[in-house]
Amino acid sequence: MELLQSILPYLISGISVGGQYALIAIGYTMVYGILRLINFAHGDVFMVAGLVMVYLAGSMPLYFAIPLMIIITVALGFIIERVAYKPLRTAPRMSVMISAIGVSYLIQNLALYITGGLNKNYPAIPWISDRITVFGMETSRVTIITPFLTVILVVALVLLINHTKIGMAMRAVSKDFETAQLMGIKINNVISMTFIIGTFLAAIGSMLFFTNFIGVVPTSGAMPGLKAFVAAVFGGIGSIPGAVIGAFIIGICESIIKGLDTVLMVNGSITEQVGFATFSDAFTFALLIIVLVFKPTGLFGEKTTDKV
Amino acid sequence: MLKIKDLHVSYGGIRALRGIDVEVPDGKIVTLIGANGAGKSTMLRTISGLVKADSGSITYDDKELLGKPINKILEAGIAQVPEGRRVFANLTVLENLKAGAYLRKDKDGIAADLQWVYELFPRLEERHWQLAGTLSGGEQQMLAVGRALMSRPKVLMMDEPSLGLAPLVVQGIFDIIREINKQGVTVLLIEQNANMALKVADLAYVLETGKITRFGTGAELLADESIKEAYLGKKRAE
Repeated sequence: MELLQSILPYLISGISVGGQYALIAIGYTMVYGILRLINFAHGDVFMVAGLVMVYLAGSMPLYFAIPLMIIITVALGFIIERVAYKPLRTAPRMSVMISAIGVSYLIQNLALYITGGLNKNYPAIPWISDRITVFGMETSRVTIITPFLTVILVVALVLLINHTKIGMAMRAVSKDFETAQLMGIKINNVISMTFIIGTFLAAIGSMLFFTNFIGVVPTSGAMPGLKAFVAAVFGGIGSIPGAVIGAFIIGICESIIKGLDTVLMVNGSITEQVGFATFSDAFTFALLIIVLVFKPTGLFGEKTTDKV
Repeated sequence: MLKIKDLHVSYGGIRALRGIDVEVPDGKIVTLIGANGAGKSTMLRTISGLVKADSGSITYDDKELLGKPINKILEAGIAQVPEGRRVFANLTVLENLKAGAYLRKDKDGIAADLQWVYELFPRLEERHWQLAGTLSGGEQQMLAVGRALMSRPKVLMMDEPSLGLAPLVVQGIFDIIREINKQGVTVLLIEQNANMALKVADLAYVLETGKITRFGTGAELLADESIKEAYLGKKRAE
């Protein structure tokens, strides 16, 4: 019982972090599903969402700042696709990937230029940032809200994809560009829609993520972005349920490793700190390697049939 | 009438079409036969707007289609059944059919045409909930045709519908082509199976390395000795 009590906080925070990763991972997996492109700039768009929020919250009330932040982030995602990826639609896939890496660094450097590299304090969002006590442990409300909000958004997204016309178009385009065009589907609109949905979820994710941290720096998007990407690969890139489940698994494992010292000490297995927490990031990437070696297509990935 | 005039197309650095003239009169079945790489598919893909032409003109009812976006060409009433069927394997049969009606807004019309397609292909109705990828080759070809019909085309262009199908299934597909044509849809058919194609066609063109070399009714070409030798194979010739 004591052991459970000591694990619980890490489990809960892991589920919460997993939810945040999931919201980012969906953007990776959807774009990959349609363009077969790893959108390296996605993590940086996530960071920009944080920065935009910092600046907006300084000059207007939050109920204006939050929707405006979401709109600006979505617009950024849309513009990146139109400017950096769309002109390369018929180019080899490698070119688009390099373009994505370029955009990633461009955004980071612009952020560095604007912020001067200083840590920008993220505004406290009332109610969701409040401290509350659950199961005898103190945490902020956002920790509890995140998984629920994530699940609601994912369910909404799955419904959109499976039961609407645009969702059907997305599935058709993800399978076969050319035939989708023969149906009269404008693939550029569908691709833009994919980026809009992906960045929208990342913008929501950034709010949940950054309220838990002290602030935003230009490289703030790199680590969560990378982990969300690993989650997407783990779940089978291209698969939305895969990305979500992968994200929760990574979030939970990571958080429990961070707390392993404390848990084992309570348990009596170890008497002094071992420093497992140091390995929490390493764990994520070790997981990536293991997945790539034993199941390259991930948990729910389809067998890759390259498009002709 | 669909009219192609002096059409030049380069494709992948090759001059695939070198000034071809083809006419597809309303209500007819017109076939284009020719060897692999003669440029047959390129012609269909150019009509659909998937491939850009160098010069020439493609008109339907005297309206220029060349240079128009793919969706406008489809709206003008010209639909394509692509080579190799290309059904959306990850969509259900019903969703595939609905994808064919993507540009249409008339719900009643779509429902009526769905019934029409189901009457032509009862098998599709039986399997409407199945993923298209789980269908047999012949069923997928039916679905590809049904999907194209869902746009209510005036001209249906088919690229090698017999490809990779068993002879009995091929017979079924050609029966359907006749039936669709009887119901008022003009058909432009590309085939390597020249024997079948010429039997079903009202008019036929022979395409050789980017040029039209022969033109006649299906029956004329079917009886022609040189065509027999080149495209029908001595054994199959009757």
